[in-house]
Amino acid sequence: MTAATAILTSDRRRDGAAGDRAFRLLVGGCALLVALALLGTALIMAWGGREAFTAFGWKFLVSTDWDAVNHRFGALVPIIGTVTTAFIAMLLAVPVSFGIALFLTEVAPPWLRTPVASAVELLAGIPSIIYGMWGLFVFVPFMAAHVDPWIDAHLGGLPLIGRFFSGPPLGLGMLTAGVVLAIMVIPFVTSVMREVFLTVPTQLKESAYALGATTWEVAWQIALPYTRQAVIGGIFLGLGRALGETMAVTFVLGNAHELTASLLMPGNSIAATIANEFTEADSELYRSSLIALGFLLFVVTFIVLIAARLMLRRLERRRGLA
Amino acid sequence: MNTSALSVSERLYRRRRFRNALALILSGLATAFGLFWLIWILWTTLVNGIGALHPHLFTRMTPPPGEAGGLANALFGSFIMSALAIAIGAPIGVLAGTWLAEYARRTRLGEAVRFLNDILLSAPSIVLGLFVYAIAVKPAGHFSAFAGALALALIVLPIVVRTCDEMLQLVPNAMREAALSLGLPQWKVTVRVLWRSARPGIVTGILLALARISGETAPLLFTALNNQYWTANPVAPMASVPVAIFQFAMSPYDDWHALAWAGALVITAFVLLLSLAARWYLHRTRIK
Repeated sequence: MTAATAILTSDRRRDGAAGDRAFRLLVGGCALLVALALLGTALIMAWGGREAFTAFGWKFLVSTDWDAVNHRFGALVPIIGTVTTAFIAMLLAVPVSFGIALFLTEVAPPWLRTPVASAVELLAGIPSIIYGMWGLFVFVPFMAAHVDPWIDAHLGGLPLIGRFFSGPPLGLGMLTAGVVLAIMVIPFVTSVMREVFLTVPTQLKESAYALGATTWEVAWQIALPYTRQAVIGGIFLGLGRALGETMAVTFVLGNAHELTASLLMPGNSIAATIANEFTEADSELYRSSLIALGFLLFVVTFIVLIAARLMLRRLERRRGLA
Repeated sequence: MNTSALSVSERLYRRRRFRNALALILSGLATAFGLFWLIWILWTTLVNGIGALHPHLFTRMTPPPGEAGGLANALFGSFIMSALAIAIGAPIGVLAGTWLAEYARRTRLGEAVRFLNDILLSAPSIVLGLFVYAIAVKPAGHFSAFAGALALALIVLPIVVRTCDEMLQLVPNAMREAALSLGLPQWKVTVRVLWRSARPGIVTGILLALARISGETAPLLFTALNNQYWTANPVAPMASVPVAIFQFAMSPYDDWHALAWAGALVITAFVLLLSLAARWYLHRTRIK
């Protein structure tokens, strides 16, 4: 009886050990898959773009050609489009997000905070194709009717910077795309900023208040310096999103492979070019050029996101979990 | 002299008060600005979508221009591909998250994988689409629903990994110790005890991942492509609501635009309700 029990338990123990080894391998393998998915993406994209890179070399980065008939491709126009639209988006999104985060952590009465924060988060849940449709059917006509003519009339004539703001009132273009991107990025940057402002120790804020500081001074001189790194991380996270966003931009950017200084003119971005043209690419070199564009986008967003995550790390540690 | 010193401090005081009032008003305006877009976008979708809503939407196929039709095949395609994506992404994500939380907590390797997962979480979805094109469409020689599901699974994966990791880390150590002290092997502790107590969080993560992929368009454009007809064949091109919306909205036909708005309303309502439901579910189970 006791011997049988002993054999049974040792059997069980052996089963347990074998089970543990197998389970450990299983979960470890899945974790490896996660890492491989990202690294694999980088390698496959670099490999897929090799034809374009070898055919055009470094000129691929600085050439404005985009000629499917003569097989000459260059990435400059989409690169500039991506950078410009993302820049406009951040210019608008950062101050607005800071304002909303300030409102939600210091200004608003407590009963208002949760509903407003949830509403802003709702904005992040709307699929990007909806932003695109709304942009195309509602926002583009609005820009064409009200905003573009005003900008052209009041800023288009200025010396030096005038050429950025002159153009026909098409509604489509860099400025519109930048604004739509800003709306999409605001909830992300806001939620990071709000979270990091909540990590500022109460004693610190109350000490400042006790010295007679105003709410604004506490936010600007206490909360912001205390959380600077994480705030920049949040901004970079938003930037990564703005650079890679595809559908919304595809709808409102106008799909034009031309280099113009004017923000009112249609342009193209890396993501929009790929979305518009990939299935229509009729030669290997054309397709390879599009994949090479994707590779560039991947590398740029990768760097931006790494910077963002490194800066947000301290926050995660302070926050502990969740 | 005394009075002028007073007026200097008085002026400073007024300036500080003015700045504060200005900043607080601006922060309120910023919030109004953010909410303004939310309301505008949702309102537009609602008005245009309801105007185009018709029972045919759920029973008829996507039409050629000029004919009446619906989105039945696209809705079905979205359903199939989302289900497949969850079926691929969620188990792998849960297992990988388990490794991070239970086997690699505070190790270098674990930190590295967690870091890569966070990057994958915000990687541009169109790039993931290109990746899947290269590994699943090009070798096979044709577009397929399976490739679309694979691209969506790559979006599901990091979301599930992250929530699973976080939720397991929230399980108190006393629970692990109690279960181990009963002589259970570690894998059984994980499966029977830890997963069970982290389940609400993990389910919420999967629901949020589902909400996220139901509206994804970019990774489907060159993996699942599109299909004008009803198909359940996973190795054939398959329609999906977001891609149908893209195709119809970009077209010059008014009746296609109406269908696109109806699809937009359905997708938006589904996504927002699903994420609300997920949060509500987590909240309810937390309180218990």
